[in-house]
Amino acid sequence: MNILIVGVGGQGTLLASRVLGGLASIKNLDCKLSEVHGMSQRGGSVVTHVKIADKVYSPIIAQGDADIILSFEELEAIRWQHFLKKDGVIVCNLQQIEPMPVIIGKAEYPEAIIERIENSGKKIITINALEIAEELGNAKCANVVMLGLLAKKLDIDFEDIKKALLQIVKPKFVDINLKALEKGYNY
Amino acid sequence: MKKLLLGNEAIARGVYEAGVTVSSAYPGTPSTEISENLVQYDDVYCEWAPNEKVALEVSLGASIAGARSLACMKHVGLNVAADPLFTFSYTGVNGGMVIVVADDPGMHSSQNEQDSRFYARSAHIPMLEPSDSSECKNYVKLAYEISEKYDTPVLVRTTTRVAHSQSFVELEDRVDVPLKEYQKDITKYAMMPASAIHRHIVVEDRENRLKADCNDFAINFEEINDTSLGIVCSGIEYQYIKEALPNASVFKIGMVYPLPIEKIKEFSKKVDRLVVVESLEPFFENQLKANGIECEGKNLFSIQGELNVAIIKKALLNEDVEENVKDLPGRPPVMCAGCPHRGVFYVLHKLKKVVCADIGCYTLGAQPPLSAVDTVICMGASLGVGQGFEHARGKEYSKNVVSVIGDSTFVHSGITGLINAVYNKTNTTLIILDNSTTGMTGHQDHPATGITLKGETTKKLLLDNVIKACGVDDLQIVDAYDMKAIESAVKHASEYDGVSVIIAQRPCVLKIKMAKAPYKIDNCKNCGMCLKIGCPAISKKNGRAVINPVQCVGCGLCEQMCKFGCIKQED
Repeated sequence: MNILIVGVGGQGTLLASRVLGGLASIKNLDCKLSEVHGMSQRGGSVVTHVKIADKVYSPIIAQGDADIILSFEELEAIRWQHFLKKDGVIVCNLQQIEPMPVIIGKAEYPEAIIERIENSGKKIITINALEIAEELGNAKCANVVMLGLLAKKLDIDFEDIKKALLQIVKPKFVDINLKALEKGYNY
Repeated sequence: MKKLLLGNEAIARGVYEAGVTVSSAYPGTPSTEISENLVQYDDVYCEWAPNEKVALEVSLGASIAGARSLACMKHVGLNVAADPLFTFSYTGVNGGMVIVVADDPGMHSSQNEQDSRFYARSAHIPMLEPSDSSECKNYVKLAYEISEKYDTPVLVRTTTRVAHSQSFVELEDRVDVPLKEYQKDITKYAMMPASAIHRHIVVEDRENRLKADCNDFAINFEEINDTSLGIVCSGIEYQYIKEALPNASVFKIGMVYPLPIEKIKEFSKKVDRLVVVESLEPFFENQLKANGIECEGKNLFSIQGELNVAIIKKALLNEDVEENVKDLPGRPPVMCAGCPHRGVFYVLHKLKKVVCADIGCYTLGAQPPLSAVDTVICMGASLGVGQGFEHARGKEYSKNVVSVIGDSTFVHSGITGLINAVYNKTNTTLIILDNSTTGMTGHQDHPATGITLKGETTKKLLLDNVIKACGVDDLQIVDAYDMKAIESAVKHASEYDGVSVIIAQRPCVLKIKMAKAPYKIDNCKNCGMCLKIGCPAISKKNGRAVINPVQCVGCGLCEQMCKFGCIKQED
């Protein structure tokens, strides 16, 4: 099971990989996670690799080898789409964050990204996780909504993902995070 | 107990389990988390040093004094520490000593992609290279045994993908290693020509013994499968090979210097085709060839960037992968919303200064729209480079040159450059971007924050006192959020006859999590001025600038940009 998590620095993309790592531990499977620290984090394009199997070698998912790409942002979904397996699926949050070249007018934000991905023959599921999170009262738990949907698509038992999530989140945020997880899971 | 650990966490665990009692380091991606994790173990004295040279000296001192010790740094940090490194090879150790050096092929967060394996060779120090977190822990422990058995410091090399990947590690108990007796011995520890001449002989003898013995080290091993192709590799490339070519025969090098040449020679005879797969330089390949082992390597792979499974499959199986979509706008890293460096770089850009910058988040000031930076070389270089401009192009030209450095980098290696500026009578203008932390690597303390790695308060290094003590008479302290004040300070400093220093103060916005109300834009005249500061919280929607209230931290720079007074703080 290879899951590529992509987004923009600051979107909370690391949480999902840590929860999945905890899940692998619970299930007694081998697991490798790879993330980027340092300069690459400052509002740049960020990517996290999660690999879970009986035995994992490379911590990095090879191009064309991701079962699922969990994208927190539309432009990042199309940027990383070539990592998807032929029968894989992209789960994409419907959010557009303009990169600096677009903000300063040196480039244009691409149009119709979701359609372009679909037209290339790839399966894509979209969700407005930010809106769902805002309805729940905290925009910051959009990443947990995404995690819920990912767990569903990976056929992970709700109780298992819940257990793995609870190992990570701070006690005072448990309620809102569980609500967000459920919303995503039952989307 | 099995635990999912970052490579760097696993190194820290290995250091702890090996009974180490002293560690010193300077933060640098991808090595920083070693010290940040080691600090949790009370049995280990653990510190941030002002730079890697001091870190290595503290640790080698601890080793000579009889303790097992550690120094860790990124690849370019080892350049700073190279001076003690080469002579430490001569003295050898008393307590075991390991130096972890983290290379960054692909330059995820570095200014070059040098290959640190060459340090092992030129300093005649053995080097191990793990390929996952479990090996990180085990190799570190082995390194201490080798260090004490062969009386040598040992280098452990990681790369970004090993340092920043998580995999499972079996935790073991710490072994308490008693302090070794210290005996004064100037023939071993005081390196003057008379003693060093004899120690050089010892170094050569030690290396010859290691060259012979390493053929029997279990970390150098072969896996014989299909013998039509044999791969020689180490570190992360081993993991890539196991995925890309599961049927190939593999020789995995655990000790990358000195090489187990005899064992590799035997392996080479068992396979039809021998290919060395290594990132960066042909370090193994050239040594194999020099020893008469026929092989391929850099005829198939670039010396640039990191290798990966797709590149290996393309080179050895001629398998293509789907290409990425071209013509997408890039998403380079940017200064955070509310970053206190932004206003300074806007002013420098506006005044069209030649800016000699330094290493830190502020290298981002080179990117559009700020586009303020001319040079970035290495830690502390801003000062010397700026002075070079002055000596080459004259005093009048130097009025337009500004050196810019962060607080942590200034303490690391900027102070000597400032002393040089004063000593050699320059017109240097220096801006210290004082955000009271080491920002880029994730908020480590340093002497000028007054807090140690253990979180204890200590005597704070006062930057203004240091600057004055260097002989600087013209010192201005400004608020980094006040662009008018910055501009007038820079103009004054440029005209000042002599060395001027400006300290622009504001803590890193990620560290203090400023809770000020966000700004909003009413009746935008669409002049575009607020977009010129390159704040990620401001973008254009339907022809007008808007501020994202979730991202905005209320620094107020944009309000200073708007000539029409349309930008106001929300109530």
